[in-house]
Parts: sequence; C-alpha cells; structure tokens
Amino acid sequence: MSGEADLEHAATMRLVRAKRVQDLVFGVIGILVLIVVMGLLVTLVADLLIDGVGRISPEFLTSFPSRRAAGAGVLSAWIGTTLVMLVTAAIAVPLGVGAGLYLEEYAAKNILTDAIEINVSNLAGVPSIIYGLLALGFFVYGLNLGQTVLVGGMVLALLILPIVIVATREALRAVPSGLRESAYGIGANRWQVMWSYILPSARPGILTGAIVGLSRAIGETAPIITIGALTYIAFLPPAPVSATPPWINFDWLNSPFTVMPIQMFNWISRPQAAFHVNAAATGVLLLGMTLLMNGFAIYLRYRLRRLVRT
Amino acid sequence: MNDLTNARSPAVTTASPLSPEAPVRAQVADLSFWYGKFQALHGVSMPIEDRRVTAIIGPSGCGKSTLLRCFNRIHDLYAGVRYEGAINLMPDGLNLVSRTVDPILVRLMVGMVFQKPNPFPKSIYENVASGLYVRGIRTKSEVEGRVEKALKQAAIWDEVKDRLKSPAYELSGGQQQRLCIARALAPEPKLLLLDEPTSALDPIATAKIESLIDDLAKDVTIVIVTHNMGQAARISDQTAFMHLGNLVEFGETEQIFTNPKADQTRDYVTGRYG
Repeated sequence: MSGEADLEHAATMRLVRAKRVQDLVFGVIGILVLIVVMGLLVTLVADLLIDGVGRISPEFLTSFPSRRAAGAGVLSAWIGTTLVMLVTAAIAVPLGVGAGLYLEEYAAKNILTDAIEINVSNLAGVPSIIYGLLALGFFVYGLNLGQTVLVGGMVLALLILPIVIVATREALRAVPSGLRESAYGIGANRWQVMWSYILPSARPGILTGAIVGLSRAIGETAPIITIGALTYIAFLPPAPVSATPPWINFDWLNSPFTVMPIQMFNWISRPQAAFHVNAAATGVLLLGMTLLMNGFAIYLRYRLRRLVRT
Repeated sequence: MNDLTNARSPAVTTASPLSPEAPVRAQVADLSFWYGKFQALHGVSMPIEDRRVTAIIGPSGCGKSTLLRCFNRIHDLYAGVRYEGAINLMPDGLNLVSRTVDPILVRLMVGMVFQKPNPFPKSIYENVASGLYVRGIRTKSEVEGRVEKALKQAAIWDEVKDRLKSPAYELSGGQQQRLCIARALAPEPKLLLLDEPTSALDPIATAKIESLIDDLAKDVTIVIVTHNMGQAARISDQTAFMHLGNLVEFGETEQIFTNPKADQTRDYVTGRYG
C-alpha cells in the first residue's frame, strides 16, 4: 500500500472516530437531561405517595367528606370527577373531531380558514380561569343552568376543544396523500373517503389528542371553582341507571358536584396536618385515574393501529 | 418446481479466471443474512470487479435488494438483523459486514442511490455538497469544485448550473434521481450501489441514467439491482441471477443472457419464468 493511501486511510479513521465521539457526547447529554426530568417527576410522585398512600383504603373511597380528617373520604369527589369527565368527553370529542374534519377536508383554503386556524391554536393558550368566567356568565347565569355536573363538563369541554381540534387536524394531515387519492379514484364522495378511509387511518392520532385533552381536563381546578362548584358535598348525584322504567335517567346532569382537584384544594388549605395527608391521598388517586385513562387509550391505540396496518 | 429453489446449492459461476486488467474491488464470500429468524440470503459468493458494472437480477423477493443493502450496512438501521460471511473490500480486504467494522466507515466508502429519488429538502447545491459536509469538507473552493464535478459526472450539470441555489424539489423525477447520483458521487465512493434507480422513472429519464451509468463505469465501480432485464443486458458487464436468497448463476452479462448454464436462469432471462 502506498504512503498516500495510508495517509488517506488514517484520515478516514480519524473522521469515523470523531463522528463516534460526537454521537457519544450527544448520547450522554441526552441521558443527563432525561435523568434530570425523570428525577423531578419521580421525586414529585414519590413525595405524594409517601404522604398519601397509607391513607388510601376502601373507607376513604366510600366516605363523604367530614369535619373529622380520619373519617373523611373522597366518594363524592371521584364520582363527581368521573361524571364530569364523561360529559366532557361526550361533548369535546365529537365537536372537536367534527370541527377538525371540516377545517381539514371540507373548508376552502382561504384567509377565513387561516384566521380560524390561528384563533383555534390561540384558544389553546387562554388561561383556564377565563373559560370559567365565560361559563359562569353564560351557562350558570345566562342560561340559568346552575352549578351542575352538566355545566362542569361543558366548561372543561370548551377548555380542551382546541386541543382536540388541533390534534385531529394534525392526524388527518399525516394520512398519506396516496390513500386520499386512491379513495377518490374509486369514485367515493368526500364523506365516503373520510368515513371509510381517512378517519380509520387518523383514529390513533385523534385518540391521542382526545386523551391529552381529557388528561388536562381531569386536573383542572380553576374553571370548576369559578362556576361555583361546592367544596363540601355529602351526597351523590342520582344514579344514571335505575331498576324501574325508563331505567336510564339524566337527572345526575343537573346535580351539584365536586371534583378531585377541588377536594384536594379544600383539604390542603386547612390548618390540620391530618387533612394534608388526605389531600396527598387524593392526589395519588387522581394520578391513578389519569393513568387508568391513559392506559386505556394506549390499549385502544394499539388495537386500532393493528387494524389500520392490515 | 426446480430443485435449485430450496437447496443451498453452489451457484454456477462461469466467469473466466479474473484477468489482471480487471482487478476485484470487492469479494462477496459465503454471505448469509437474516431478518430476525428469516434467512434472506444463503451463502452468496461473487466478485465485484473494479470499475465495471455488476447487475443483480431476479424475481421479486429473491434477495437482490437485500444483498445490495449489505454493501453499505443500511440493514443496521433496523433491529434484529444478522450477517454471516464477508464482503471484503479490496485492496485491504476490509470486511464490510463484520461486527467490528463501524457502519459509518462503511457508508463513508460506499455510496448508495435508492429506488425513489430522495433529495433532501434543500437546494440543489447543498444536496450534492451534503456528503462532503458530513466528511468535514467545508472549504468553499473545494466543495464547489467537487459539486461541479459530481454534477457533470451525473450528466445533469448543464440543466442545473444556472439554478444551483433553487430547491431540489423543483427538479423533475429523472433530474432528482441524477441529482441523487451526483450526491453519492461527490465524496468519490469506492463503490456505488444503485437500487432499481430507474423503476420510478419514464423511458427517456431511464435512458439518460443508463447512458450516464455507462460513462461512470470508467471511473467508478457500480453494483446495480434492476427489475428490468433489458437494462441489465444493456449496461452491465457482469450479471448475478438470484432466486429465493440463493445466487443461482454469476457470469459475464453476455453469457448470462445468451448462454445461461442454469435452467432457472434461462427461464428467467427469456421471460418464461412462472
């Protein structure tokens, strides 16, 4: 081998080594950043768990709030949160997905839709208390609906609508254009293209957006307090299912309610330490509820992805 | 079915003993390859002669693209792949598929052009210069000189010399593919891999690329995978016929197409393949 080739070879090896070192450096930085972030999260959760997990028991889940910390429970709060989230999902998902579909697939691309798009994105950044004020003025006093589960669900739905709309549009945009073209190519109309081809492909993405929205809603306190939800509720809304016809009733929508974050807020603001333990336990439960919801979404997404691929 | 299909039979190799004027650039030696548990290549051995065009042909799923992608370790981007055997790059005999050889080193030496034109979303100039940039070559005069040379080699210089700063996406499909060839050529690779480079192009663009491959073979060693037998016959010096992960026959292109030794090769090149 000539000296020149040797020289070239050495230069190439130096280059490869430099590239590896660069990869290594960025790898190490990445791991450090990850450790910091995970460390913070783990500390937060661990703190909550240490304080609260011992307090969680069947009685804690099945008791109403009480003046005595040891006898207090979160029954009305977790049922309230569950019902409010049901209402929120039932309103925000169809409205958000519908709006996203229309904006992405039907609406003409002009200044008006551009303006709507910018405004929708901006709405996602409006402080949640503003939504609370809107709901207080419009739903509670304007429409005279009162401080009910329905209003709570509606205000949270409004709050997460922009998130769902933006996620829907992103998911629709990520559908390969070949799919759209081939569906139109067999003579389908817009509705058929969307319903049979685009929406199934976009569903995992839309679902992710919906869950991100709901996860935000489940922890919101400000708008719910603003509409005047009570902090002390020692009764349950009427059961949605009954033993007598018509079996299903919607009276629970008009019932006063409280939610987990409010219960937590209420207990944390008391002076007695025992209530602070209750608050931590409520936090653990709220985390658990969010985790359950996300887990369900991951399971659904996994199943939907498999359906789309085949 | 022919008994050649499943058995791991040695390929019929009819290449004449290599003459000194055609030294070997790379030697594939008993190369096997697995995607997870599925074995996609079964003990392939063949020489790649220096500054000549080697074509790999065969029906879909025969492993020809898999073989080509071993040459620059693109398979390593995906989990669960495994190589056995060797691709020795001459003159040092560096085994490209060895676990101890850094895939980055392999890719610095072996250029590749893919089936669909895949220019970067940058300007024409930056596309060709990108291979130089990742090699740390940033001297403006050198980069400019090598970009021009590569674009000329890829027979696209006259079409783009006045708009080097415009986005590569403004080019037609055929031009984009020639740009990708220029991008691969700029760092002066020891081996240029072409994976069905004309399958997404029209006949006129295809003809341009074929004639440029012909010219390139004077300076560069080329391995091309193609579906188009006419193309293999027109532009290659050696041809390898593969089937179900086996190399069935390897030899001078003229011999493979006019006087194949294996029945399977004959059936395939005469279009009787079923």
